[in-house]
Amino acid sequence: MSEMNEFDEDVPEIVKRFMYVNRRAPYGTIYALECLEVVLIAAAFDQDVSVVFLDDGVCQLKKNQDTTGIGMKNFSKTYGALDDYDVEKIYVEKESLDARGLTAGDLVIPVEVMAADELREVMAQQDVIISS
Amino acid sequence: MLHLVNKSPFERNALDSCLRMAKSGSAILLIEDGVYAALAKSAHAEKIIGRMGDFSFYVLGPDVAARGLSDAPLIEGIDIVDYEGFVDMVAEHDATQSWL
Repeated sequence: MSEMNEFDEDVPEIVKRFMYVNRRAPYGTIYALECLEVVLIAAAFDQDVSVVFLDDGVCQLKKNQDTTGIGMKNFSKTYGALDDYDVEKIYVEKESLDARGLTAGDLVIPVEVMAADELREVMAQQDVIISS
Repeated sequence: MLHLVNKSPFERNALDSCLRMAKSGSAILLIEDGVYAALAKSAHAEKIIGRMGDFSFYVLGPDVAARGLSDAPLIEGIDIVDYEGFVDMVAEHDATQSWL
């Protein structure tokens, strides 16, 4: 039955390149948390996943976040789970870090810091880009 | 007048508009994503440093801590206030203007 093909293990699996682009700071809006949840759910589908942080998105990864005073969940520790879900392509734009006086050492997880020139090429190779 | 800025200077022009429109002598309190304007080494730091003589600047401590900036150098001369201090500031000023 042709409609069963998508469940047939003989059909070669199509792996698409998915990139999630984070450009918002955490806590001020819900975008950062929502995108992190989407990435963790999508990681279950065995696609080629990369996660990018640029503009205020780099602030999501700042170390030493303590949200006890604002009564919100500190989700910065959850970025550490990306590795457990085999999401290993995590890129941070160098120019965005520089503009905020931050370095890779200020971040909660190991990342690949990339200049815009280099990141542009990686972005251009994607099949699907999801922005937040 | 007490001015409240709750947007990141990297994303919106709320701080720019506030600095342009506020009368000299006003207090400016950075809250929520507005606290990123207080980073001493940021590309926008000069906007505040250059107006220290015109305004008194404050930043909301719990929002600084939430964003992991308690260990980051903030612009010298910006006072950190807590929620009680925030309430006191609102009470002390005749009016409050939010730059949403």
